[in-house]
Amino acid sequence: MKLVRIKAIAKKEFIQIWRDPLSLAMAFLMPVMLLFIFGYAITLDVNNLKTVIHDLDRSSLSRELIAGISASGYFKIVDYVTDQKDLDRYLDSGKALAAIAIPADFSESMARGRDVQLQVIVDGSDSNTATIGLGYISAAVEKFSRKVSRGKGQQLIDPRIRVWYNPELKSRVFIIPGLIAVIMAVIAALLTSLTIAREWERGTMEQLIATPIKAHELILGKLLPYFTIGFIDIILSVLLALFLFNVPLKGNIFLLMILSGIFLFGGLSLGILISTVAKSQLVASQISMVVTFLPAFLLSGFMYAISNMPAALQFITHIIPARYFVTILKGIFLKGSTLNLLITETVLLAIFGLIVFGMANMKFKKRIA
Amino acid sequence: MSRYISNNIIPAIKTSGLTKTFGDTIAVDGLNLEIRKGELFGLVGPDGAGKTTAIRMLSAIMEPTKGEAWVAGHSVISEGETVKEKIGYMSQRFGLYEDLTVIENILFYADLYDVPKKERPLRIESLLGFSNLTPFQDRLAGRLSGGMKQKLGLACTLIHTPEVLFLDEPTNGVDPVSRRDFWKILYDLLKEGVTIFASTSYLDEAERCTRVCLMNKGSILMDDNPAAIKRSLGLPMFEMWSDEARKAAEIIKTVKGVHSASLYGNKLHVAVNSRELMDDIIIELGRSGITIRGHREILPSIEDIFISRVERQ
Repeated sequence: MKLVRIKAIAKKEFIQIWRDPLSLAMAFLMPVMLLFIFGYAITLDVNNLKTVIHDLDRSSLSRELIAGISASGYFKIVDYVTDQKDLDRYLDSGKALAAIAIPADFSESMARGRDVQLQVIVDGSDSNTATIGLGYISAAVEKFSRKVSRGKGQQLIDPRIRVWYNPELKSRVFIIPGLIAVIMAVIAALLTSLTIAREWERGTMEQLIATPIKAHELILGKLLPYFTIGFIDIILSVLLALFLFNVPLKGNIFLLMILSGIFLFGGLSLGILISTVAKSQLVASQISMVVTFLPAFLLSGFMYAISNMPAALQFITHIIPARYFVTILKGIFLKGSTLNLLITETVLLAIFGLIVFGMANMKFKKRIA
Repeated sequence: MSRYISNNIIPAIKTSGLTKTFGDTIAVDGLNLEIRKGELFGLVGPDGAGKTTAIRMLSAIMEPTKGEAWVAGHSVISEGETVKEKIGYMSQRFGLYEDLTVIENILFYADLYDVPKKERPLRIESLLGFSNLTPFQDRLAGRLSGGMKQKLGLACTLIHTPEVLFLDEPTNGVDPVSRRDFWKILYDLLKEGVTIFASTSYLDEAERCTRVCLMNKGSILMDDNPAAIKRSLGLPMFEMWSDEARKAAEIIKTVKGVHSASLYGNKLHVAVNSRELMDDIIIELGRSGITIRGHREILPSIEDIFISRVERQ
C-alpha cells in the first residue's frame, strides 16, 4: 500500500468535487433539504382536526363540553349542525374528519349522575389520524367529566400517565434522530456510488487501471474526500436537529460523532461496491437509492416498530445498517445512551462496514471485461 | 528485474497464440508476435480489426481468452501489475481528467507511478517542453485542443520513463501539423531506447514505423518493414487520372490481367500483371467514352498494398 497513491486519488477527487458546483451543492444541500422537508412533512401529531358538532342538548353544560374540546387545540370546529343529515354530509364530503353528537338528555343525565353516551364519529379512512383523534376526544371528555363531577364527593379514577423520553409526545422529536440516520444512509451510498461509474463513463478509468495502482489504494483514496463530506453532512444535520427542530441531545456528542463515522464508513463503502458493479452513473444512483432508501425508511424501525413486523421481515432488518444507526441516534439523542448500551449496534455497524469494504475491493477489477 | 532491462535477448513484447473472443466474435485470433527492444511497431488495420483489443491485452487491462503474452519480460496474465509498472498506455479515448489542469494531471500520474520527488522537476520540465505545453500548464485539460490533449496524454504516460509504450490510435482526429509534431516526439523517444507499439488507421503514419503489421478481422496479414511491404506486391502499379474515375474503376476491374483498382478521389491506382496491359485498359476505357487525362507508374504505398490484401481476404 502506497500512501502517495491514496493521497493522489483523494486530492484529485477533492479538486473535482470542488470544481463541480452541482455535485458540491448536492453533497451539502441534499441532506439539509431532505431533513427540512421530511422533518416538517412527517409528523404523527394531529392538529386542527376538522370537527363538526351536532348539539341536541343546547345547554350551558354541553357548550362547556364543546368549549373544552375546542380549547385543547387539537380540534377545529368547522360547523354546528342541527340535522343528522348535515353531519353525514360533512363527513362524506371530507369537510370534517370527526363529528361529535351530544344527545338531548345530556345535561339532565349528567345532573342525575346517570351514564351519558356521546356519539363520536371519526373518518377511519385515515386510520392513523382517526386513532389519534379518538384519543384526544376521550381525553378531553374525561377531563370534562372529572371537572363536572368534582365537588360532588365522587371518587374519580385519576390515571397519571407519564411518558418517558419524549414527554410532550411530540412525534418530531423522535422522528428527527431516526430521520438523520435514514438520510445519511441514502446520502452516503449516493455520494460514492457515482464516483467509480463516472470514471468508467468518462473513459478515465481505462487510463487509471493501466497504472500500478492497487484496488484498495483507489478505493481508500475515493473514500477519504467523501468521508469528509459525509461527516460535515452529519454535523449539519445534528445542528439542524438541535437548533431548528429543538431535539434535545441527552447523550455525548463525541460518542455520536464517532459512531456516525463508523456508520459512514459502511455507507460509503456500499456506494463504492455498487459503483464497481454498475458501470453507468444512472444505474449506480438508481441501485443505491433502492438498496438504501427503501430498507432504511421502512425496515430500520425509524417509522414502523420492528417488533410489529412479521418474523421474516424482522430477520431481514438485521442486515440493514440503518437499523443500528437509528437505534444509536435515538439512543444518544433521546435517552442519553452510553457506549455500553450501544455496543452491539456499534460492533455490527463496524462489521458491516468491513465486509462491504472488503467486497468492494474484491469486486473492483483492474481489467476491462 | 533489472536483468530484463539490460538483457537484449528478451524481446520487448512477445505473444503466443494470443486470442480474445467476445461471445461468438473473435476479436483477436491467435496473435504471434515478437517485437525487439527499440522498435517502433505500427499496428495498422481498419476499424474492428482487433487493434484496440490487442493493445488492451498487452497492457494487462484485458484478460486474454487464450494464449499468452510477455511485455518487458513479464507475463500479462500472471504478472499484470508488474507489467503496468514497466509500460505506458494511452487509450484511444482521451483518458485524462478534463476538470484538472495540465500540471495537475501530470502530477497525479507522477504520484500514481510514485516518481521520486527529486526527479520530478526536471522530468516535468522536459515533458512540458517537448510537448509544447509549458505555456498551458495551468489550463484545464478539457480546454485544450485535440492535438494538445494527445500530447498531454503522452506526457502523462511518459512520466515514469516506461520501457514499452502502447499508443492506441494516438493521432486519431488530430490535425496534420499536430500529427507531425506527435511523431517527432515518438522518434525522440525511440532514440532513448523506448519500444513503441502504436496502432493507427492512418496508413501514411504506418510508413514512419520501423515495422508494420497489417491486421484485419483479428489476424495478421503482413508483418515487415515498410519498404519490404511496399515491394511485396510484386506487380507494377499505375496511377491514372480521370473525371469519371468511379466509372473507370468498374470497367478496369473487368479487364483480364488487372489485379486491383482502387479509387482515391479522381485518381485510380491500378495493379496489373504486366505493363503492356495499360494500353489495353486505355483502349477499353475509350470504347466506353471515358477519357484518361494521364497515367504514370508509381511505387505502391502501404495503403495500396493493404487495400489489395484486405480485398483479397
